[in-house]
Amino acid sequence: MDFEYLFELLCSGVVKGSIYALIALGYTMVYGIIQLINFAHGEVYMIGAFVAFIVTGVLTLSGHSGLTVLLLAALAAVIYAAAYGYTLEKIAYRPLRNAPRLSPLISAIGASIFLMNFVQLVQTPDFLPFPELISDFDFMEPISRYLSSVDLIILIVTTVTMIALTVLIKYTRTGKAMRATQQDMIMARLSGINVDRVISATFIIGSVLAAIAGVLIASRTGQINSAIGFTAGLKAFTAAVLGGIGNIPGAVLGGLVLGIAETLGAGYISSAYEDVFAFGLLVLILTLRPSGLLGKAVKQKV
Amino acid sequence: MAHFKRSLGIGLWFMFLTLPLMVVRVNTISREVEWRWYNLAWAGLCAFVIAWFWQFSIERRTARRAQVAANPHPAVEKLSLVQRLADDPVLSRRLLAVAAVVAIIFPWLVSTGQNFYHVNVMVSALIFVVLGLGLNITVGLAGLLDLGYIAFFAVGAYTYALLSKNFDLGFWTCLPLGGLMSMLFGVILGFPILRLRGDYLAIVTLGFASITKIVLENWDTLFGGAAGIANIPRPEFFGMALDSRQKSVYTYYIVLALVAVTIFVTNRLKNSRAGRAWMALREDEIASVAMGVDMARTKLSAYALGAFWAGLVGVVFAAHNNFINPDSFTFMDSAMILAMVVLGGMGSILGVIIAALALKLLPEYLRAFAEYRMLVFGAVMVLMMIFRPQGLINNMRRKYEYDTAQGGKDNGGN
Repeated sequence: MDFEYLFELLCSGVVKGSIYALIALGYTMVYGIIQLINFAHGEVYMIGAFVAFIVTGVLTLSGHSGLTVLLLAALAAVIYAAAYGYTLEKIAYRPLRNAPRLSPLISAIGASIFLMNFVQLVQTPDFLPFPELISDFDFMEPISRYLSSVDLIILIVTTVTMIALTVLIKYTRTGKAMRATQQDMIMARLSGINVDRVISATFIIGSVLAAIAGVLIASRTGQINSAIGFTAGLKAFTAAVLGGIGNIPGAVLGGLVLGIAETLGAGYISSAYEDVFAFGLLVLILTLRPSGLLGKAVKQKV
Repeated sequence: MAHFKRSLGIGLWFMFLTLPLMVVRVNTISREVEWRWYNLAWAGLCAFVIAWFWQFSIERRTARRAQVAANPHPAVEKLSLVQRLADDPVLSRRLLAVAAVVAIIFPWLVSTGQNFYHVNVMVSALIFVVLGLGLNITVGLAGLLDLGYIAFFAVGAYTYALLSKNFDLGFWTCLPLGGLMSMLFGVILGFPILRLRGDYLAIVTLGFASITKIVLENWDTLFGGAAGIANIPRPEFFGMALDSRQKSVYTYYIVLALVAVTIFVTNRLKNSRAGRAWMALREDEIASVAMGVDMARTKLSAYALGAFWAGLVGVVFAAHNNFINPDSFTFMDSAMILAMVVLGGMGSILGVIIAALALKLLPEYLRAFAEYRMLVFGAVMVLMMIFRPQGLINNMRRKYEYDTAQGGKDNGGN
């Protein structure tokens, strides 16, 4: 057996998986609080990538280059994704807070279709080349076969982001309020938490994570179009379900498992069937553990 | 004045939101940046006007809710016109007769010797009516959210294409075979997901549809890959040779008959033992299982029956188009069918038919707006959920309610 090849695949799987995990966190946080599959989350990720593309385009054409461009683009992407996530929740989900379960889901699918076509109309339906913003580091030369410089940055950024998220949720007031709302919305409201604000904050945090993922993955694959959000969103949602939806460590674990399974399947069997492995794994795990890898079995109230 | 200020704020907010996406367009080939500032004005203006109406609509909605909560059992319920028509048995029977007559003479009204475009359009629309009615069994009656319904449609279409290509089987032999094949797929899919509920179910069905599409795209030797299968024979009519217009009209009548059969069957199913079990399961799974409903059998039968119609009509679709490829079976189509069921009013047959015809025919005849149609479609889905979540036609089941002090609590949970 070729261990070198296996290691190469594993590295690429972990990189891919950490991106899935970043997007999956947004799904899982929203689901944990309002039990809604935010179908438009992938679209927020796509918008983040597009804003970054536009900002880099304008800046590079006016003569700037390098790390400053990347940082400015990422900042703009984060701000805009947060704004879109916030607005989306206000328009499409808040009026449906007490509606039957299916209504917000349909509304989410509608919002997703709307945003995808909006970007397609005002920008372009074609693939756009995303500029290479991260130059190759010299010290990465010996291991560039396994891990490129972009991959290294992706791993660093995702790790830092996840640590920041953990700190935010564990130790800040907002985080505490979020956990309280997740446990019991009515009780949280009774004890003086502004639940609406907490939900908005959740959407904003999730969108920020999605935008970071959008910028990272766009600079890795080198191209974007208006449909990337749908596929990535679907995969990330799969990752969230895999790990047990509503569970934050579960989303990270699910993302990694999904990424590794996909690259292994693609590397050893056939790359055309990459998505089949992802969904096959999902069906398999859900059949054996209907509430996901780390999910607790939900008690049924009778 | 408060409205004005808020609308102004919202308009400005949307100008900010759409600033990069609508104004700047970077052309990477000619390395130019195009600034489209006029778009910004449009975005602000539209957002302002919409926000204005939005506030009034939300206020009206809140007022209506409050009224319902204050007086849950009004003596005279105000119903919409369509609702009244749907509820009045005599009138609706007459309307049904008129609709049937119109449907039957339709091809002779709109098509002449060469021009049968409208017939073809109607055939595609009616195919989606059957799909909507089929999904209505799974989602509307049994409450199992299926986001991959289009996969069953694909199974039917490919069954016919492959059987006719490889074994020279005719349309009429393949019609039931396609249905049965889809049903088989429904059962196979149904087994692993029996234990799942709600959102898990939705994502697994979605995944199943994606898998189906990827397999169809990549298994070139069997399914023809992305290019699909061409030269699928049209339905034969007792061995007679038909010209293309006659073929279209003939297909039209086949689908029309299918629609009629589907309506009849779903209508009967609704009040059958199985149908009541589905609805019980939809309303409360634990309670219905406790009352002796066999959960596995009921769920599987809902899946299998829903899939059956998709398979049947898939065969017709393949025969009508002469050509199929995996692009006809995307998630967007699944979402479209789901939208038909939801917009029409879950579980309501008439509603689903109206919604399916509207969603398929309007884009076809509003070609000028073709670019915007998916945009509008998405927006309508959101708005419909907010302002009329019960759909065009409210499929109310007779409910017995206790008049207690907190009586209004359970209203609208239909």
